[in-house]
Amino acid sequence: MQLTNRAKPVEKKAMNFSERIYLPAIMKGMSITFRHMFKKEPTIRYPEQKRDFSPVYRGVHILKRDENGAERCTACGLCALSCPAEAITMTAAERQPGEENLYREEKYASKYEINMLRCIFCGLCEEACPKEAIFLSNSIAMSNYGRKDFIYGKDRLVEPVSPPAEHVNNFEEVRREKWLSDTGREK
Amino acid sequence: MIKVTIDGHELEVENGTTILNAARSLGGDSVPPAMCYYSKLEGSGGKCRCCLVKVAAGSAKDPRPMPKLVASCVTQCQDGMIVESKNSQEVLDTRKAIVEFLLLNHPLDCPICDQAGECHLQDLGFEHGKAGTRYQEGRRVFNKIDIGPYIKLHMTRCILCYRCTMVADQLTPERVHGVMWRGEVSEISTYVHKAIENDFSGNMIDVCPVGALTDNTFRFKSRVWFLKPFNAHRSCTKCSGNVVAWKHGNEIYRITGRKDKYGEVEEFICNDCRFEHKNAADWTIEGPRLIDRHSVIGQNHFEAPYQDLLAKNLLK
Repeated sequence: MQLTNRAKPVEKKAMNFSERIYLPAIMKGMSITFRHMFKKEPTIRYPEQKRDFSPVYRGVHILKRDENGAERCTACGLCALSCPAEAITMTAAERQPGEENLYREEKYASKYEINMLRCIFCGLCEEACPKEAIFLSNSIAMSNYGRKDFIYGKDRLVEPVSPPAEHVNNFEEVRREKWLSDTGREK
Repeated sequence: MIKVTIDGHELEVENGTTILNAARSLGGDSVPPAMCYYSKLEGSGGKCRCCLVKVAAGSAKDPRPMPKLVASCVTQCQDGMIVESKNSQEVLDTRKAIVEFLLLNHPLDCPICDQAGECHLQDLGFEHGKAGTRYQEGRRVFNKIDIGPYIKLHMTRCILCYRCTMVADQLTPERVHGVMWRGEVSEISTYVHKAIENDFSGNMIDVCPVGALTDNTFRFKSRVWFLKPFNAHRSCTKCSGNVVAWKHGNEIYRITGRKDKYGEVEEFICNDCRFEHKNAADWTIEGPRLIDRHSVIGQNHFEAPYQDLLAKNLLK
């Protein structure tokens, strides 16, 4: 039974002399190979080298601290509510007297988890946050061996206590200025 | 029976009905918002000024308009009265101003507040208020007070609607808290922070339109929109036992009274039901509650609404 008429019968012709010695075919192949040595590489040596991201790139989340180093997040749950992938879960706790330097408001997130496998990096959590606590940074999610390693807790989300100066207050602005200088645009 | 016209709709109401209740029987957008009026509490209303309406004609006998906007929750209908609620720009502008006044001393700490998501002041501000604030002066500052083991008072959030004191007056034999001082310094307080130990004191939480009185056993446990409300009951010697159980999975996070569409509880429930029975085994679940389509509580609940299930005979 024939379904289409595209089938071709195999032709077995005898090879001519130049085909029989193979040298022209080898020369042709090697010329393509050597030509690529002088072309610009399309790949980079990641992770030593990294590509520049767009200023609006949405990477792994970061939970910001305020200017005094206290966590901004108050566990209001709006990020989890806005999340279309339901990747965010949190548990709130009440700040105890003496913890004012750790947490900015009387409620804080004692547990805050983002499942990076669920996350689609849409940035709606960033939009929803009333406290400017969560931002999508310009680093990409690290690879891991197990699924459970993709559930990022507060240990990996909260920014370090003494971050590099450029990251402290004007996160967005620094990112934009870097992009302007990198791309050689006027401010 | 007397005839009134509200926003162009003519309706007949009983003699002595207030304009607000007449509008509620009409329903729809014409119902003025009310922060202090509570139909189950005698003498409530007239304080928050949210429900101001314009009376274009006082009555059939005396059709002159009332000179100023009137509080619809305490003004009775007259025969032939013509009322303008949502149709009057003056009323809408006044509502905007009232929201600004109510928010003068409100801390706007909704991300922290347990009432967020079911707060009447939030709804009022969202529907009738302005997006921005013009207020720059300092707001009132109070310390949090534990009124007994179950109730937390955040005086900063209070809008002085007096509902909670009326609950205490009308539901319980002796009131131990009230509003102290006058004007802008007035505050809810107990006599030297005396604990409120009445069986029905927890209803103060339900009647509070804002997050001033909140459930200490539910404090910061979850946000209301992560929970699912179910109608539930148990046999209780003190109250009817008909409540709403707010569940997450199989766990009951809190118990509240059943509220109607104006946020008023249908039956007051006792503290025993409200605070002491948080095991799922204590309650007979009747079924999921209908959540308003526009409410944040219905967000992220992807199942079909209760009425759809009923219509399709999927519930037994």
